[in-house]
Amino acid sequence: MTLQFDQIRLPPECDRLRDEVRAFIAEEAAAGTFNPNRPWEVESQDRAFSRKVGAKGWIGMTWPKKYGGHERNFLERFVVTEEFRVANAPVRLHFVADRQSGPILLKYAPEHIKQDILPRICRGELCFVIGMSEPGSGSDLFAAKAKATKVNSGWRINGSKIWTSNAHIADYMLGLFRTSASTKENRRHGLTQFLVDMKSPGITVNPIFNMTGQHDFNEVVFDDVLVPDDHVLGEIDGAWKQATSELAYERSGPERFLETYYVLGELVRALGPEPDLRSAEGLGRLVAQLHTLRRMSISVAGMLQAGKEPVVEASIVKDLGTIWEQKLPERARELSAFLEPEASNRVTLDEQIAFAFKVAPKLTIQGGTTEILRGIIARGLGLR
Amino acid sequence: MVTESDSIVAETAARIFADLADPQTINNARDTDWKTALWGATAEAGLPLAWVPEALGGAGASLADGFAILGQAGRFALPVPLAETLLAGWLLAQAGIDAPKGMMTVAPVRPNEAIEINGSGRLNGRARAVPFGREAEHIAVVASDGKSSAVALVAAADCRLDDGHNLAGEPSSDLVLADVQPRKLAAAPSSVDRHTLLVMGGTIRSVQIAGALEAILALCVAYANERVAFERPIGKFQAVQQNLARLAGETAAALAVSGSAADAIAQAGEIDDAIFLEVASAKIRCAEAVAEGSAIAHQVFGAIGFTQEHVLHRFTLRMLSWRDDFGNESQWAAKLGKDIARRGADEFWPLVASR
Repeated sequence: MTLQFDQIRLPPECDRLRDEVRAFIAEEAAAGTFNPNRPWEVESQDRAFSRKVGAKGWIGMTWPKKYGGHERNFLERFVVTEEFRVANAPVRLHFVADRQSGPILLKYAPEHIKQDILPRICRGELCFVIGMSEPGSGSDLFAAKAKATKVNSGWRINGSKIWTSNAHIADYMLGLFRTSASTKENRRHGLTQFLVDMKSPGITVNPIFNMTGQHDFNEVVFDDVLVPDDHVLGEIDGAWKQATSELAYERSGPERFLETYYVLGELVRALGPEPDLRSAEGLGRLVAQLHTLRRMSISVAGMLQAGKEPVVEASIVKDLGTIWEQKLPERARELSAFLEPEASNRVTLDEQIAFAFKVAPKLTIQGGTTEILRGIIARGLGLR
Repeated sequence: MVTESDSIVAETAARIFADLADPQTINNARDTDWKTALWGATAEAGLPLAWVPEALGGAGASLADGFAILGQAGRFALPVPLAETLLAGWLLAQAGIDAPKGMMTVAPVRPNEAIEINGSGRLNGRARAVPFGREAEHIAVVASDGKSSAVALVAAADCRLDDGHNLAGEPSSDLVLADVQPRKLAAAPSSVDRHTLLVMGGTIRSVQIAGALEAILALCVAYANERVAFERPIGKFQAVQQNLARLAGETAAALAVSGSAADAIAQAGEIDDAIFLEVASAKIRCAEAVAEGSAIAHQVFGAIGFTQEHVLHRFTLRMLSWRDDFGNESQWAAKLGKDIARRGADEFWPLVASR
């Protein structure tokens, strides 16, 4: 295969949009909605903020207007995503719906469900979660056991999902459930994607605190949960066919390398205008790596906009990007080692590095582990 | 936006290289007849002077086309001074000097080296590791009198050039200019000085590195699919797959960032501060990709790839060596880091986001 990265430049309309987003962020930060310097304080359940973002037209930006979308392009969405990410803005409530749940519904949901749900996502009213991992299976997606059984009135779901971010505040889950046994020829057969209303009777959400001390993860237990027939998304038993082309959207965005960006911004502040040679060189390398990742990510966004399917390139962006953002606190720690303790923002930098160290381990696990990504890349290369 | 597939001249280059610069054929050759044939064909196709306007005796190709040619040259680990001659022709053209025929190179190619020009237009100074210095007939030199820069065309015969070599065994000479009278001399436009040469040269080396990485990725994948160990092709082992995926990642990074820098220069037309981030990033990140990528490639090929007979070293040693030309990654990184620090934290993200 040939790796391809078209040289995409953000069009001029992105500059105006970026100014608007920055002005909005500055206003909100000044009003005390969130503190960009303290990412550990960001609340995932900031419904008011998501509604404001929705009102600005920055959710569902690329979707059709008839579903509440704004028919703007992927590069404009890229700008909004990166500006919010760099500012540590509290967008987690609507982000999954905007990035992946909405596009899946657009493609596979029946018309009346699209008309009902998509406009509410665009208004910032809905939180979506992804139901894939289970207590006995994570990366091995196709080992999922939680079951959906056909009944007269729809489907009955039993089993559990785990590591479900935001399930405790979620309105809907897009989950994979077993509708048939896998076959000898195709072990990926037998899973179906469902839209599940999290308010359905029979759902229990149990909190799991992660090692940062935050409540993000949950276990979701399904006990005879009834899901109507029109909530089946796509082909019964054939969810695996739907998975691959969507991965490019999920894997290549700026959130895949900017998760710990704040330590780099703060490091520049701490180093001051005349860093020593060692710090200057280290900083220069980090900037070069960041610029490279960003140009790769923009290229993938542009190729998606042009209707291409850069699946391997997108997986590469996530592989390189998550490893980079994971190592970033380590590099910031090294490069700030010899700074004078009284450097004015030293306390902020140290607090940020400490938080980033706690967040770092998840970055190469969530949304497809490094090992899984490299398997996908190897397949793209023709090795499997 | 010009991609390589759009470039007819790059396709022509690829055809010529496939016919006359096959790395295995050259590796096996016992004499240097291939070099005459290869250089003759590239010259006939107008490739060495692609960046020279027709009025000055060149092919008048665009900057984008020239970079596309150099990507192809990287894929073949092309062992003739095509990149150097292209760059020399471009430099001469900036000052309106006609390009001579034959192989050329440029100087100085290391940061912190300067050639002086005195009141009577004679050149003095020293430049280390001038690529293909001993093979080139002419050297395009950027010189300065302390106030402004000039471009000089110097005959190699008028200079002292030692017979050094780079890692890949290609000529790489320390050049001494002792009161040398240039064959031609003209004032450089204000946008061109010795740093401009590093910017253009750094981008060129980055583009070549990306091409060479693409080639070794293809070689490695093909070999991993055919070499059998423990009764399976080694490419079926997850450990090997993971390594090759990393090689693909490094190749992708090099392609994207070098392509971005080349595109930035091609769009800008003139070298200015705005594209410094692009070029510095390309040279730094491509050099990092070389270190990682060549180690993985050699690991995949095992002992076979460590032999003189195998072509792998033609790529890996050249890439490793290209890192040092026109500023190594440490030098670029220190410069970029200082620049970022001077601008300050509030200007940092806006700068990154501007590209």
